[in-house]
Amino acid sequence: MSNKTVIPFGPQHPVLPEPIHLKLVVEDEIVKEAVPALGYVHRGLEMLASKRDFNQMINVCERVCGICSMIHGTCFSQSIEEIMVVEVPARAEYLRVIWSELHRIHSHLLWLGLYADAFGFEALFMQFWKIRERIMDINEATAGNRVIVSVNVVGGVRKDLSPEQLDWILKELIIVEKEFKKLESTLLNDYTVKARTVGVGVMTYDEAYDLGAAGPTLRGSGVAQDIRLTGYGAYKHLDFEAVTHKDGDCYARSWVRFHEVYQSIDLVRQAIAALPAGDLAVKVKGNPEGETVVRVEQPRGECLYYVKGNGTKFLERVRIRTPTFANIPCLLNMLPGCELADVPVLVLSIDPCVSCTER
Amino acid sequence: MISNETPITLDNLVAQVGAKKQAGYRFVTLSTVALEDGSTDILYHFDKEMELSHFRLNVPADTTIPSVSGVYFSAFLAENEVKDLAGLEFDGLVVDYNRTLYLDPSVETIPLANNLKIKDKKEEKE
Amino acid sequence: MFNFTPSILKNAASRPATRKYPFAKRELPEGVRGELYNDIDACIFCGMCSRKCPALCITVDKKAGTWTCDPFRCVYCGICADTCPTHCLHFHKAHRPPATERQMISMQGVPKAKKKAKAD
Repeated sequence: MSNKTVIPFGPQHPVLPEPIHLKLVVEDEIVKEAVPALGYVHRGLEMLASKRDFNQMINVCERVCGICSMIHGTCFSQSIEEIMVVEVPARAEYLRVIWSELHRIHSHLLWLGLYADAFGFEALFMQFWKIRERIMDINEATAGNRVIVSVNVVGGVRKDLSPEQLDWILKELIIVEKEFKKLESTLLNDYTVKARTVGVGVMTYDEAYDLGAAGPTLRGSGVAQDIRLTGYGAYKHLDFEAVTHKDGDCYARSWVRFHEVYQSIDLVRQAIAALPAGDLAVKVKGNPEGETVVRVEQPRGECLYYVKGNGTKFLERVRIRTPTFANIPCLLNMLPGCELADVPVLVLSIDPCVSCTER
Repeated sequence: MISNETPITLDNLVAQVGAKKQAGYRFVTLSTVALEDGSTDILYHFDKEMELSHFRLNVPADTTIPSVSGVYFSAFLAENEVKDLAGLEFDGLVVDYNRTLYLDPSVETIPLANNLKIKDKKEEKE
Repeated sequence: MFNFTPSILKNAASRPATRKYPFAKRELPEGVRGELYNDIDACIFCGMCSRKCPALCITVDKKAGTWTCDPFRCVYCGICADTCPTHCLHFHKAHRPPATERQMISMQGVPKAKKKAKAD
């Protein structure tokens, strides 16, 4: 006779970067059902579109998420540029790519650290974050702030990178890559790490596609979808392909994110090598009128912006759909059947960024 | 007007969304925007092989919209969010949070419609 | 088997990776947006900074010649410094030290007199 217990996971949990609440119905240590409850970080940012004009709204959109803030800003600027039919100079597009890929590297390093912490490997957690400090120093020296860099404007970027700064970035990336490579065998080949992650939270190719998963959660199940391949911004000139793994468990997702760091370092090197000379931004006159849908690839997956303007300086509607919003139904599919001790690792393997989800 | 968009009506909503699922499309999300004449435009965004396509549905105020969460499970979160923020009603939701997904149970105003008060008949719903 | 041992041995043999703050402070690079400062003698009180600020933290009174910034609402984006026509707004490199009370940055300057006397 087994009885069911309801165990609340969250909203405060050492493994979660942001509060999310899951009601787990557990029977003899096996999870049977999970019901999410959101709303702990809801700030109502979409409503601010009616109170801040479209230039100030870039700063609001950047603050939807702290880790992928530059990419939110890029997506919003791109949607306004599409509505107003503004041609961004090539140098600005490449600079946006450089900063976006640096954000992707530091986001994945942050996640890898938290992931190691989820199964108690605190030493590895600190090693990853030590490498991440170098990227934060690059952000601070080139753009002015460590986390929310605020370099996007409608029509381009606000700051430039001098040749000395570009050389310094390349040197720092060599050190980052070397130290990162030393940790590869610990994360991917270690017996204990594999025992905690292989076979946990399996999601097949069809399930991942039907549930609308996004990002490494989707690519870890074998679906080769990466929005950067559609060629927005300067990505159409860069050479890369989607990183996938066919197993669909937590190990596969961590493998995908690990190798995406190598891919991002390579993309930054390609972008710096191909950086053209030119203006930083074009002057934008008038107000946006019209609507558009723009997608970008954030570290956590695909992010969709639907923006509608009606000719005044306040936008009529800014709708943001972030990747964690699409990954939560996948979590509800993966949780039944796993053991209670595997729940933190599983929840963290979709890379939950709840402040993005709830805006 | 956005590129690659098809207008649909309330009657053939579920049938059209089902056809998209049969054709192998991924459901991305749904967005709502309140128009000046009081009606709401709902846009359904789909994706196949990196190409987006959309459905546009225009509903007058106070209509109950059939839910597509039976066809695409992941739509339930988006529809609950629309219930919270835009104050629309959906019929047949797989998991219904009753306007408590983001907002407090005591909140009675609709955030995206400039904080208009929600009508009394919507408060009691089991 | 011994995947992590090289890192452990290297860490045990080298100096700590952390700094003993506040006794040892980090050297901040140029361009860091630390604390907002207005060179009040050069300010013409046009109010451009208060219009462009996304956090709406600056208040400018043209007649009285005051410029006030709420440092707790400021998000240190730097848009005000970029759009200032006389370039009197700039950022100190150092961040504000912790304090025991909330204080606004209020500056009083001389309001510019209207040029009514000039004929052309």
